[in-house]
Amino acid sequence: MITIGSLWPFFIFASLIFIAGIYCVVMTYNMVKLLIGLELMIKAVTFLLIVAGYVTNNMANAQALVITLIVIEVVIMTVAVGVVLGIYFYTGSLDSRLIRRLKG
Amino acid sequence: MGMLDAIILIILSLTVLATVMTTSLLQAAIGLAVTSALLTVVMFKLNAPLAALFELSVCAGLIPVIFITVISLTKPLSNEEMKTESREKMTRFWPLPIVFILAGIIAAYLKIRISLKLPMHGPSLDVRQVLWSVRQIDLIGQLAVLLAGAFAILVLFKEMRRK
Amino acid sequence: MELLLILLPFVSLLLLNLPIKRWGRRFGFWVVLAVALLQICAVCLPWLNFFGGDPTGISALFNIKLAVDGITKVLLLSIGLVSAAALFTCCGVHGDEEKRFDFINILLVALMGMNGIVLVKDLFSMYVFIEVVGIASFILIAFQKDRDALESSFKYIVFSAIATIIMLSSIALLLLFSADTSFASLAIAIKGSSANLLVIFAIAAYISGVLIKGGLMPFHGWLPDAYMAAPNSTSVLLAGIVTKSVGIYPLIRIVHSVFGYSASMNSVLLAVGAISAVLAAFAAITQSDFKRMLAYSSISQVGYIILGLGCGTALGLAAAIFHLFNHSIFKSLLFVNAAAVESRTASRDIENMSGLAQKMPWTGATSALACLSVAGIPPLSGFWSKLLIIIALWTSGSYFYAVIAILASVVTLAYMLTLQRKVFFGEVAPSLSKVTEAESPFVVPAMVLAGVLVFVSILFPLLINTFIVPIGGIF
Repeated sequence: MITIGSLWPFFIFASLIFIAGIYCVVMTYNMVKLLIGLELMIKAVTFLLIVAGYVTNNMANAQALVITLIVIEVVIMTVAVGVVLGIYFYTGSLDSRLIRRLKG
Repeated sequence: MGMLDAIILIILSLTVLATVMTTSLLQAAIGLAVTSALLTVVMFKLNAPLAALFELSVCAGLIPVIFITVISLTKPLSNEEMKTESREKMTRFWPLPIVFILAGIIAAYLKIRISLKLPMHGPSLDVRQVLWSVRQIDLIGQLAVLLAGAFAILVLFKEMRRK
Repeated sequence: MELLLILLPFVSLLLLNLPIKRWGRRFGFWVVLAVALLQICAVCLPWLNFFGGDPTGISALFNIKLAVDGITKVLLLSIGLVSAAALFTCCGVHGDEEKRFDFINILLVALMGMNGIVLVKDLFSMYVFIEVVGIASFILIAFQKDRDALESSFKYIVFSAIATIIMLSSIALLLLFSADTSFASLAIAIKGSSANLLVIFAIAAYISGVLIKGGLMPFHGWLPDAYMAAPNSTSVLLAGIVTKSVGIYPLIRIVHSVFGYSASMNSVLLAVGAISAVLAAFAAITQSDFKRMLAYSSISQVGYIILGLGCGTALGLAAAIFHLFNHSIFKSLLFVNAAAVESRTASRDIENMSGLAQKMPWTGATSALACLSVAGIPPLSGFWSKLLIIIALWTSGSYFYAVIAILASVVTLAYMLTLQRKVFFGEVAPSLSKVTEAESPFVVPAMVLAGVLVFVSILFPLLINTFIVPIGGIF
């Protein structure tokens, strides 16, 4: 039987993509780059779901979850891109340092 | 896990690294597309053909097109701005490859020591049956999400041309 | 027949958008009002037997399993009431008929999503509907497309996406142990291997994800900006029910049905609740913007709900859900009044307002009721729910947290009374001499919500046996 021990490289690469995504989100000043970083993190989670399905021979559920997730992700990206374009039309650039007006 | 899988995964991580570290937005979007394509290949090898199909057509096709649309609608940086920005960016982003290699080594050391016994399920339903009969409520959710997306485009993009 | 609660907004959305001439614009308001009223009647009139059988036979067409219990019914009632209030407010805030129609469409999507969250029995389906409501709120916050609104919407998108990713990785890890993602199989799997490091990590990750979505204290960065910069009708919806149904209800549901109570989980919940309740109360005192102060007050009250949940007893759970219901009522009432005040005075700065109660009698009176209820003055409903939470904390042995809850209650009293005094009582400020009472789209929901508040307050001794204890009795 496939144990998790023999598939650890997949988990390592999933966490590497995740780390790259987090680094991109935290360190970038560009809004579109931030969205690309979020995309990379979602890819890491997709990868993790598929590997989890492969290990437990539950590909039916895992693929169903991944398909639904991809549909949701594309709509979220569309809305995010709409908001970013709206901000661009006010400030003229994609720099996220210019949208710190509200103090949280 | 054969040699081919290892090579594909290493190229995948190099592509991810390139996507994050590059200064040009266009190259980042194309890097995202290439990453998705490589992930599709990995998913095919892991016996997930339908999910790989969705990933290829949507995440390697639709989403980079959306990003390239945004990039082309916003004005690109001039050459001097590009140079200062890439210098500034390198001062913040240079730790990433080092973090990568370190994380890989640490994770490899930790993972070798975990070995679980996981439940194995017999061959159950097919994906299409699962989606359409067991998880029907997800389909209603997906329809709602798509409707919401349609209204988002209607509301957010309607007056773009006027400004 | 509970499937109808999800299908009916969907069908009305499709019907309203048919290209029959201007059909949607004229009837949109009434259709949404009818759907919300149906939801309220389904919960409040048990002799309708809405949740029992299915005379229409629609459920036989679908293979969907939904479950309704006490917690779900309370949430459905809150969703119906707050959506109706947001509907009325949008007619007052957006004068343009096209914009009103867009708002009504997105409100229907959000209503469908929120009903879906509280009715499903599966962790991933709950996530799908959480995203539906999330996308609807992104659009609603950025609705008027002014700069502050777009900025806060972007911040909310990023925080929400990070929370999504954390929740999904938790689901992926849990998929290693369980055959399915439904609550039943996950509960069995977690009980079976509860000491495993991966399972503990998955539980911690999922709880962090829902805490970010619910806007609790260390992760509240997006909440005050979103509540403040959103248009007023969206703020009513957001503060009244959205944050609670995408953040707090999933937390209650998974702690109750999936993960089970344990000592470490209780202590984490108590700590997060206490920090939110106290720090947000102190932050609210220093605010000068009406809606921002209400936003911090929301974080503080949601901290109370988590304190009630962290007790781990049936009384704590019942008290938490009662406080959730009360909070949705009085917070939406306060936001409707803030919308009314802003529509007449065109400002939200409470330092420059005073004496509005003489000019806007209905708004002043309902706002006074809401402020006293938040502050916990007897015999109003807020007092009863806070008292129940403090009693639940005391009887479950967390004396320290009970004292902290009382301290936060004192601070809440301070800033709520300050708000009421500054804005509504006192002499009329000279700049406000021409202000008249708000128009009916703001007064009607305010009076209805205030009526519900008074009804619950007066009938509390009766409700405690029929309504509240059975919620906790699902233990």
